[in-house]
Amino acid sequence: MSNWTIKGARVLGGEQADLYVTDGRFAPAAGPGSRVIDAGGLIALPGLVDLHAHLREPGREDAETVESGTAAAALGGYTVVHAMANTDPVADTAGVVEQVWRLGREAGRCDVQPVGAVTAGLKGTQLAELGAMAESAARVRIFSDDGQCVSDATLMRRALEYVKAFDGVIAQHAQEPRLTMGAQLNEGEMSARLGLAGWPAVAEEAIIARDCLLAAHVGAALHICHVSSAGSVEIIRWAKSKGWRVTAEVTPHHLLLTDELAAGYDPVYKVNPPLRTKRDVEALREALADGTIDCVATDHAPHPAEAKETEWSIAAFGMTGLETALRVVHEAMVTTGLLDWAQVADRMAVRPAAIGRLSGSHGRPLTAGELASLVLYDPAPVTAVDPSAHASRSRNTPFAGMKLPGQVIATFLRGTPTVLEGRLCR
Amino acid sequence: MNRHLISAADLSFADAVSILDTAEELARLAERPIPKLPTLRGRTVVNLFYEDSTRTRISFEAAAKRLSADVINFSAKGSSVAKGESLKDTALTLQAMGADAVVIRHNASGAPHRLAEWVKGSVVNAGDGTHEHPTQALLDAFTMRRRLGHLDGLNVTIVGDILHSRVARSNVWLLKTLNANVTLVAPPTLLPVAVGTWPCRVSYDLSSELKDSDVVMMLRVQHERMSEAYFPSVREYSRRYGLDSDRMALLPDHAIVMHPGPMNRGVEIAADVADSKRSTIVEQVANGVAVRMAVLYLLLGGGAAQ
Repeated sequence: MSNWTIKGARVLGGEQADLYVTDGRFAPAAGPGSRVIDAGGLIALPGLVDLHAHLREPGREDAETVESGTAAAALGGYTVVHAMANTDPVADTAGVVEQVWRLGREAGRCDVQPVGAVTAGLKGTQLAELGAMAESAARVRIFSDDGQCVSDATLMRRALEYVKAFDGVIAQHAQEPRLTMGAQLNEGEMSARLGLAGWPAVAEEAIIARDCLLAAHVGAALHICHVSSAGSVEIIRWAKSKGWRVTAEVTPHHLLLTDELAAGYDPVYKVNPPLRTKRDVEALREALADGTIDCVATDHAPHPAEAKETEWSIAAFGMTGLETALRVVHEAMVTTGLLDWAQVADRMAVRPAAIGRLSGSHGRPLTAGELASLVLYDPAPVTAVDPSAHASRSRNTPFAGMKLPGQVIATFLRGTPTVLEGRLCR
Repeated sequence: MNRHLISAADLSFADAVSILDTAEELARLAERPIPKLPTLRGRTVVNLFYEDSTRTRISFEAAAKRLSADVINFSAKGSSVAKGESLKDTALTLQAMGADAVVIRHNASGAPHRLAEWVKGSVVNAGDGTHEHPTQALLDAFTMRRRLGHLDGLNVTIVGDILHSRVARSNVWLLKTLNANVTLVAPPTLLPVAVGTWPCRVSYDLSSELKDSDVVMMLRVQHERMSEAYFPSVREYSRRYGLDSDRMALLPDHAIVMHPGPMNRGVEIAADVADSKRSTIVEQVANGVAVRMAVLYLLLGGGAAQ
């Protein structure tokens, strides 16, 4: 393991300082044989933490693998990603979560923390073996049927209660299924004009309200995945004001894009939950700024080209996000003056690490003695997003061709560079 | 005029009037002993139909043939589509065969937009999902203008399943462009939540709208909407939103009754209304050929009618 001297980085966007990495940790001074990185003008942040990615392995290795997904994550500045459970087979047993966890260790570019399914086979009828997954080598703490809503109120209540025994959290994909039968696009002016079946915000809000009340009733921890509407923000703000154990995430795309992009019926803009309106985008930004929404999570959802080169209604839901998340947050939140870089570190590393019960090893301060997991980010360049340059196996980014600020220059995982000069190491 | 006809909303006033005027010229052609023009000789028009729609397909086929185009009918049933070929691959195949225009009917809203990205020829939307059916709106406008002499300021009441109707959408945009006044009448469940953003009035009460209507257009209501709880029963729908002879008597003398077909007699329209002198239903079919000729002529032939 090499030692490093990172010269002139702006730690959390503050004054320039030198950082020293020795034996995987930050040190007060340069270690022996230390290699020097000129980080003048670069912003140093803790390695980013993603609570929500679809790495597709096992089962859909044509869309993504743990290897390619963690490469994408490293290029995006991430040092840990949570891998969602909707693989094939579903990550609903200790065996599958350990397999995913081990694949991440072997890839070595970023930690992979599996999310366990709440219900067996994501079927929504019977709890998966949550305890076995918690006690496995993968040490699962977040459980989610993401892609499906745990819509049965009793089952949701039991799940919330059950995981209290091992400090777990249920991450809900809030989507009332009967209100979203065949739904294609946010229900509003665009869906009416385009003749696409409407996806009402109330289908999300009704489940969030119910689950906040359930979490309060049983004193359990609830996390809300990919909040997309202004109404959801209001409910979460209210639940937090009661002191209930509710946390929430927002995706980069919901911070920047609206349903008006669906006008040409290009399914690259088809996502679950759907892109909503400018008013919703503004409410989400405000909520992330004031802390009502705790963190940014990518919902990185890779799909092969043929799943998107179709009619809108039969196309797959989802967008890639790992390689663009920090740049999008820069554009949506920093350029607009809503967050400073220290707050970006909080929303993209510190708080998600806490929600994932990873605070001991991720989202740490960049100070001597701490594990040296960090990202060096150049805020200056403005370039068009080029999907062909992405490490993800899939190209379904809604930001293709969009000019966004910033570039990840380097990512370190516990002192080892995974990205240098904007390129993958190895 | 654009290269494609995908949405009535894309038509300018001048485009729309040009289509209607050209259709008027071409309709006269039908009265000649040999109702055929050489305009599109050597051009290929593909009818790409993913939904059964005999009347629309035949209408486009007749229109293309009267302009001497070569017509290829590509039906989704019994073709490679049934084996799961994607729209993109079908489009590339049609492109390779040199289609100058593709007339597409598809059950997915937006399919013509997608197709237009993959073929070089003109795309004509012959009905896409619950989005639009622009040539239907054009033939409706043509029919109104022929019967009533003008469109400007006309009060047009469209009744039925607006939420799922591509005919209603195309009519709302086209009639707005042509300066007619549209009122939509439906049970609230069959209107889009955001219908307030459309350039039209909305009413839940059919009878009260009829005395000021110059045109009343009845839309087909699908029986399966009942099982999806959009309304309690077909009988209740018919009582509240159907056009029977009692309601028809509320219309001004000059008013006409339209229906894009196929009708559910006894549901949205009573048989005696459908067969009355006010009814334009058969004319609409005949006018459809002239309007579709005009569209193909203007998209492929270029320029206004001589």
